[in-house]
Amino acid sequence: MKRPKVQWRKVSKKSRMSMAAAVVATGLLVTACGSSSSPGAGNSSGNLTGPATKAPVKIGVSVSLSGDFSGDGQAIENGYKLWENYVNQHGGLLGRPVKFIFLNDASSTSQVVTNYQTLINMDHVDLVFGPFSSLLTTPAATIANRYGYAFPEPAGGGPAVFQAKLPNLVFVQPAPVVDNLVSFAHWILSLPASQRPKTAAYATEDDPFTKPQLQVAKQLLEQAGVKTVYYHVYPAETTDYSPIAAGVINSKAQVVLLGTQLPDAVAFVQQFEQQHYSPEALVETSGPDQGSQFSKAVGAANTQGIMVPAGWWYGAKTDGNQTFMDAYLKAYGGTVGSISADAAEAWSVGQVVQQAVEHTHSIDNKKIIQALHSMTFNTIQGPLKFNSVGEPNGETFLVQWQNGKAVPVYPASIATASPLYPKPNWKS
Amino acid sequence: MPDGQFHQAKGDNVMHLVIEAVIMGILTGGVYALMASGLTLIFGVMDIINVGQGALVVMGAYLSYALEQHLHVDLIVGLLITMPLMFLVGVGIQWVLIRPLKKDRTMLSIMVTFGLALLIEGVLGAIFTTNFVQLQAWYTTASVDIAGIHVAYIYMFSFALAVIFLAALYWVLYRTRFGQAIRASMQNRTAAQLIGINVDWVQAVTFGLGTALAAAGGMAFGAINAFDPGSSYDLISRLLVVIILGGMGSLGGAMIAALIMLTVEDFIAVAWSPVWSTLVFFAILVIVLLVRPQGMFGRPEGRKQ
Repeated sequence: MKRPKVQWRKVSKKSRMSMAAAVVATGLLVTACGSSSSPGAGNSSGNLTGPATKAPVKIGVSVSLSGDFSGDGQAIENGYKLWENYVNQHGGLLGRPVKFIFLNDASSTSQVVTNYQTLINMDHVDLVFGPFSSLLTTPAATIANRYGYAFPEPAGGGPAVFQAKLPNLVFVQPAPVVDNLVSFAHWILSLPASQRPKTAAYATEDDPFTKPQLQVAKQLLEQAGVKTVYYHVYPAETTDYSPIAAGVINSKAQVVLLGTQLPDAVAFVQQFEQQHYSPEALVETSGPDQGSQFSKAVGAANTQGIMVPAGWWYGAKTDGNQTFMDAYLKAYGGTVGSISADAAEAWSVGQVVQQAVEHTHSIDNKKIIQALHSMTFNTIQGPLKFNSVGEPNGETFLVQWQNGKAVPVYPASIATASPLYPKPNWKS
Repeated sequence: MPDGQFHQAKGDNVMHLVIEAVIMGILTGGVYALMASGLTLIFGVMDIINVGQGALVVMGAYLSYALEQHLHVDLIVGLLITMPLMFLVGVGIQWVLIRPLKKDRTMLSIMVTFGLALLIEGVLGAIFTTNFVQLQAWYTTASVDIAGIHVAYIYMFSFALAVIFLAALYWVLYRTRFGQAIRASMQNRTAAQLIGINVDWVQAVTFGLGTALAAAGGMAFGAINAFDPGSSYDLISRLLVVIILGGMGSLGGAMIAALIMLTVEDFIAVAWSPVWSTLVFFAILVIVLLVRPQGMFGRPEGRKQ
């Protein structure tokens, strides 16, 4: 069908206007990019006026408020917001108030890239902080590195993150994720020979966070003579865990190590209970660290004896921990046991950056990146130090649920209770 | 233990595992059939691909959760409240969002129901937070020993619910005048209108029924899995696969396809590896669709009207 001439002209005029608008927008964007070529090198000196009257330090973060990571993403945002309030009540950063800009990435690796580009190019943030998960951290940190931004991040500690060898990234937890189960393996191997288990079963999501942890633990235990009687990797999108649980149960392993997030951590406990299978020790990479989310889902009585590696614990006498917990409980309610470790890790990112900024007397990202790789930082997760690719050099500890609370049980230097071994039977 | 005895014991072990996997596959398949039945029913009657069905299932699970947490209502008893409530929600959705679609209904419905899914996810997140929760009752963790295999009550009850509801749906479809009206609308919408059937009303009630079934499916899903408002994404892809294999619009097809999907996946997971279980099932799906593009029980002419 022929299009009427008049209508074509209308469309053409519209197109020309759109093109003109696009050109203007592109021009503005180019100008904007030009002005942000030295990110965060803005107003950082002098302290003549109070924080409220100075231009805020804008910090951009992409958070997963929907999709697979929504629970953790929300907790990360909560932690950042708490630190924002805290730091603003205590003079801000170099006398400037802190203002966070959050964008939702819906747990998508492409959206997280778009978000950081938007934060840097459109919002002209001074600093960026990391999102949740190794999956989102790697592409996000790569973008930040391209623009010269430091990338302190709370929750991307899988091997793939460090393999990228990004000079701007630091993982603000005590140890690389791959070593999270080392403390569990060391504890098992520290048991007297008569008690030490002889068989172990492993099952893990095909996920860069969980799988490497199990492989390291498996290697350590096998080298010490603990026989592997079951090892299977299952797709991350699995929703029916019953055949995998059946395989673990059928192996009759004395010790079970599971590479889980919260949904499968809960599902395995439920399946084991249904099948009346209680291993002598059960550790899950994630899930049992989620406080009341975990205990409500599996039933408080059934948490008894379940273990999880952790970098933060509510009872730890670390720098600012009580301040963080008070702020958390005031803002979100609940009990100390219900505080998500994600929020604590996000708060720690704020602590690290604050110390780097105060040390360099600057919001300049280049200087901050140098400081991040040279200083030792006091955080609510304990003292942290990072190598050239952002790996922390500390060690996580082992937490066990005992009488409805998660308590550190290994190593002895931080333990507040002895490990329950063997794990008691299921209660209901 | 001598080698022969060891191999015998290992063989018995594997056989035990396989039998257990097949039983669990069948029982879990019933849950998926329950969740997918609403999807296939709605497509059959309305030519609507309701990609919001997963979100409605999750909404059903949250309703059961709210009743359990705040009013201490048993999960199965709670269906007496959640199913009628979800029926009304379904009728409302059809009336407000689906009925106005007059042209390109099938394609537009995908966009509209996807928007609906996002809306439901957002509202559930705002009300219940994005934390994972799981439904609790005495039968969610208890099990019964049948010939050395511990079968959890929740799986048996869910399977029984699936059979009861699907049988009831069959009865409505094939033994009542309303069922005749539904089937007439499924076969030819225009002809049904010509003989005096109020197709809009039939469609609203059908959408309501499909949504009420999502409430039952959601209860079963939430008692077996920890869920959050975003759990619908993985769910809807599997439910769509179920109705495509079974034949879109076929209730019996959805039931059989769900049983095949879960049984094959569970069997492969224990006999080979969990990594291959989904792949093998999809290979079967592709082969079936090559031979029968309309699915196992779908009609070859599709839904042309």
